[in-house]
Parts: sequence; structure tokens; C-alpha cells
Amino acid sequence: MSVQLIDKFAKDLSPEVAQSVHSGSKVKTEKRYAILGSDYPDPDKLRKTAGLVKQHTLEHLDTYLEEAEASLKRNGAQVYFAKDGDTANQVILDIMRQNNARKMVKSKSMVSEETELVPFLEKNGMEAIETDLGEFILQIDGDHPSHIVTPIVHKNRRQIAASFEREGLGDYNDDPQTITQRARVHLRKKYLEADVGLTGANFVVAESGRIALVTNEGNARFSMAAPKIHIAIVGIEKLIPKDRDLALFMSLLGRSATGQQLTVYTQFIGGPHALNQPDGPEQMHVIFLDNRRTEVLASDCREILRCIRCGACLNVCPVYRQASGHAYRSVYPGPVGAVLSPLLHGKNFPEYADLPKASSLCGACNEVCPVNIPIPDLLLRLRNKAKKEGAKKASVNTPGFKMWSYLATQPAAWKTAMKLGHAMNLTPHALLNAAPAAKAWQSSRTLPTFKGGSFRKWMKQRSAKKS
Amino acid sequence: MSDREAIFKDIRAALAPLEGKQTPYPEWADELVVTENHPAGLDKRVDRFKYRLEAVHGTFVQGMPALRDWLKAEGLTKGYIDPTLKEQFAADLEGLELETELDRSRIDDYTFGITRGTGGIAETGTIILTDRKTSSRLGALAPWVHVALIKEDEIYPDVPAAVAAFDDDPSIVFVTGPSKTADVEGILIEGVHGPGKQLCCLI
Ligand code: SF4
Repeated sequence: MSVQLIDKFAKDLSPEVAQSVHSGSKVKTEKRYAILGSDYPDPDKLRKTAGLVKQHTLEHLDTYLEEAEASLKRNGAQVYFAKDGDTANQVILDIMRQNNARKMVKSKSMVSEETELVPFLEKNGMEAIETDLGEFILQIDGDHPSHIVTPIVHKNRRQIAASFEREGLGDYNDDPQTITQRARVHLRKKYLEADVGLTGANFVVAESGRIALVTNEGNARFSMAAPKIHIAIVGIEKLIPKDRDLALFMSLLGRSATGQQLTVYTQFIGGPHALNQPDGPEQMHVIFLDNRRTEVLASDCREILRCIRCGACLNVCPVYRQASGHAYRSVYPGPVGAVLSPLLHGKNFPEYADLPKASSLCGACNEVCPVNIPIPDLLLRLRNKAKKEGAKKASVNTPGFKMWSYLATQPAAWKTAMKLGHAMNLTPHALLNAAPAAKAWQSSRTLPTFKGGSFRKWMKQRSAKKS
Repeated sequence: MSDREAIFKDIRAALAPLEGKQTPYPEWADELVVTENHPAGLDKRVDRFKYRLEAVHGTFVQGMPALRDWLKAEGLTKGYIDPTLKEQFAADLEGLELETELDRSRIDDYTFGITRGTGGIAETGTIILTDRKTSSRLGALAPWVHVALIKEDEIYPDVPAAVAAFDDDPSIVFVTGPSKTADVEGILIEGVHGPGKQLCCLI
């Protein structure tokens, strides 16, 4: 039963990983809190304003998307629209083929994880190399990210050193400085050989067509300095109205994600390179991806589309801290993933219907969210959706509501989280919020089996490796 | 129906029930996002800039002779420089082996890169680079040391002011400290893909 999957993951975590996920989360949460508190008299006002800007944009998405398309074209970019991940991947492959391109360097992009771009390109004879240090390590290990911002928080230096040794990147050496240096040398060659640099986008400004991209490592800069073609794959929800809004979102993103005033590199891209500039892309292609975002927009959970992927809700979440990111079995882990993943899976919603339940509804995710997403409310709405959609299947063996059945179907992680939630002195109305959820729970307690999808294949391999 | 049409159709259908009830754009003042969080006495913009630059592990240098001394003290003699700057500062940079064209096949031969910055941000210690002023994107990125030359009056007070000054340059980059990662066990390492040392030299 999938409800137990999250517990299984929590239980399977080595004490080391559990420790590093927990301490990493704690450090980031504290840093975030400290910097927002010391920099602003009223950080809540910032979060709320940013939330409203995003909500406003989403509620006028047709207008802003059209405006962005026109601005991008004016800047000399080619614009594409893709209803689903397969189409987006195909567009990218076509661009590469038309340009006789064979090699791609890739910056971190959660959207390309969604579309499973790298395996697709590899299957079609292309080379696609992840350049973010963490993502690069995941790629050589055939692993998946477990956090939006710090993708390899589940790995330690000894595992990484062993992988580097295996891949011929040098003798075993687990000094983080050496690991980083070796990746620098290896990836530098890849940038210089690459035909295409692929990035995501943190924001796209409708007014100017500027794409904002943030990295600490500089890999997105390199991907746009060496190769001659730039492709950006962007979820349609990434828009903001004006350049001016960038100041608001930049101020929140770095502080919320890593406790930095600004992430080291923030790039604002408005087309191919300038005429005087010898380096950088001659072509810029932007692909807007739907992949069920319009369904989310039509749902009563559309607020989740405000998300700017800062990871703060993961770091603060007592369930994530126990279970780590892979327990969410999807591209987006943690509280944001508990809402987004089931929705982005559409018809396969039931496979992920347990995720919204793996929350103590303690409210911490809402409090830290830079765009003020009411995640606990959305989780409740999803539980109701699960109840409705799972009704047929679940009704067969559903007993009447009894306390024991209610407790029996809760992930253990949830129960511990409740205790932790109190220990952490988070919002006291957690219990109040949990009460209506209990009702939703009882009728969907026959849980769907997890079926299909490459994540499952990966999980199988993962379990096989472990045993 | 094309994917474009399908997406717009679905967006409009999703938004139809909200007609007339949409969230208005919340007007906000620049002050909302500006921080005044710095030690007392840093009244001059350039002092705040220096303070913040150093806080993010950047290096502040005053004038070209000081830069030359810094490079020599670090044992760095061979590097890339913007051709215009080489001409302009020839006298100050004596003793350094400077190339004005970046040869990609010898990318690791350049121990430093000197290019013209477009400005700075006092609030955050940020250096602003733009495509029209940067002579080579790679020259400002690949070497272990990057030096951006800016003038004091090019420093903006804060992020909103810097954003308000955006023109149609196709690549504006905010650089706030050296390239870094904490991917391996959360340990801070500087110099991943970009410079391990980021300097700003006032000219
Ligand atoms: S939901 Fe909010 S807190 Fe969580 S990743 Fe998205 S923006 Fe950050």
C-alpha cells in the first residue's frame, strides 16, 4: 500500500542520511529565518505581496503568456508551446537535429526532470550532461534528486568519492574541495565541446521577455558562454508581469532557499548574445510547457502554481525531515510535492493520493513560503479529491469511521511528525485542521497500488541494490 | 489544434469562472524590498558596497596599481584582459602577461580575467556585468580570478534601483561573490564552474 511507502522510505534511510537530511534542513531553516528577520522589519509583508503578484499573474495567465511570447520574439528568441513533456522533448530533439547538434550541457531544471529529457535525448543518440555539481553526481549514479535546491542531500562524501573513482575521475578522494575541483575540470571540457546549453527559468518577465536564472555555481552562465545555442524549457506558471517585480522575487528567493541576500549569479537573459560579444548563443529557443499545469489552474489548488521552488517548505517540514525526498516518489518532494505531484500526474492521481496525507498540517510550510501558499489548505482539498476520486474503488471494503482505522492508515511518519510538530512549537491549530481530514481519510483507506512510470522502475532498482 | 491553441484554450477555460473576481496587482513600494541592515557609519554608498562585497567573500581593490600588486602577490601573472582596458591601463599593468583574445583551447592558461563591469549594488555587494560592456563572457567566467572594473558613480544603492536601470542588453548578470556550492554535505566550497575569487576594482 502506498501509504506505507513513505514510512518504508523513512525506515530504510540510513542513520547517516537521516542525520544529514535533518541537520541540513535545520541549518537552512535557521539561516532563512535569521536573514529575513534581520533584513526586514516585516518579512511577512514581502511574502504576502509576492504571493499576490503571483496569484494575480496566474489569474491573468492568458494575457501575460501572450505578452511574454511577443516580448521573447521581439528579443530574437524562438518560442514554442508544448502541451506535454513528450512534445517538449521532441521539440528539443528537433532543434538539435536541425542544427546538427549532438552535445548538450544542462543546467538544473526541475521541468526537464518532469519531462525526463535526459534519458529521451540519450535514447536518440544525443549526449546530455548535467552540470550542477549535485545533478552531475546524480547522473553518474543513475539516481534522482531528493531536494529541489540541494539535490544530493541524501548522499555523503564517501559515496560521491566512490562514484568519482568508478567513473575514472581520479583516485578515491573524499575531500569536498577535491571532488569539486575534479568536477570543475571534467565539466569544463563538456561546456567547451557542447553545441547546446539547456536551462530552465526561475522567472520570465512578460513585459520584457527577460528570463531570470539563478545559480550559485555558475553552471548556467557557462552553459550560455560556451555553446552557440540556448534552449530554455519553462513551465507556463513562471511568469511575472514586470521587470520591477524581479526585485521583489530576487529578494525572497535567495533568502528563502539558502539564506543568501542574492544567489551568487542571477542572470537576466533577453535574447542571443550582443553583436560585440564573441561568446554566447547565436540562437535562443524558449519552450513553454503545460504538462497539466492548466488542469491545476482549473482546480481549487491553483495557488500551488505560485511556487518559486525555493525549497523552504521542505526544510521546515517534519515529515520531509524524517522521510527525505525520495519518499515522495516524484520530481517534487516535500510539502510542495505533496500538492503538486498528485496533480501533475492527472489520471494517475490515485498513485500519489497518499502524499497529501503525509503531512501533520502543522502549518510551518505556509509560514515559510515566500509566496505565501496555503499548503495545509491545499492538502485538505486534495484529500477531499482523493476521497471523491477513490470513492468507487474504496467503498467496497470501507468500514465506518472508527478511530482505529483512521490511525491505522496514517503514515507513521505523520504520527511522529505530530509529536515533532508540537516539540517544534509550531501552529497550535494543527489538530483542529486535522479533524476534517480524518473524515476524508476513512473512505479512501483502500490505497491504490503504485503502477508504471520510470520512478517506479528506478525504485525497484533502488530496492534491488539495497537488498 | 496546435499545442499553443490548446494551452490558451485550457487557460481561458480554467480562468473563466474567476471572471470579475481576479486578484488585482498589489502595488508595492521599493522600500518594501530594500534592506538597511548594515553597520553604522557606512554612510557612503561605496563603503556599503565594499562591506557587502567582502561579506560574500568578494575582494575589493581600489585602483589599478593596487590590483597589479594584488595579482603579483597571488603569483598570478598570465591572464585575459579586455583589449580596450589593456590600452587604457598599459602603464599600470606592467609586468603582467596579458592576452586580449581568449583561446578556448588553452582556457586553463588564463589565471585571471579582467573585464569592464557595468555597475555595482551597495545593498548586496553585487557586481553587474552586461554583454555590451563585457569583452568576453568566457574571459569573465572561466579563469580562477575575475576582476570587474567599475567606477564609484556606477554603484546603485539597492536592487530595485539596479533593476530600474535595466536596458535592452541581452545578458545582464548580477554577480554576488565567487562561484560556490554546498552540495557535498553542506560544506561550502568556492570556485565550482566560475571564479573561485571575485574581485571588484574601482577605477
Ligand atoms: S511551496 Fe513555497 S516554500 Fe515550498 S518550494 Fe514552493 S515557494 Fe518554496
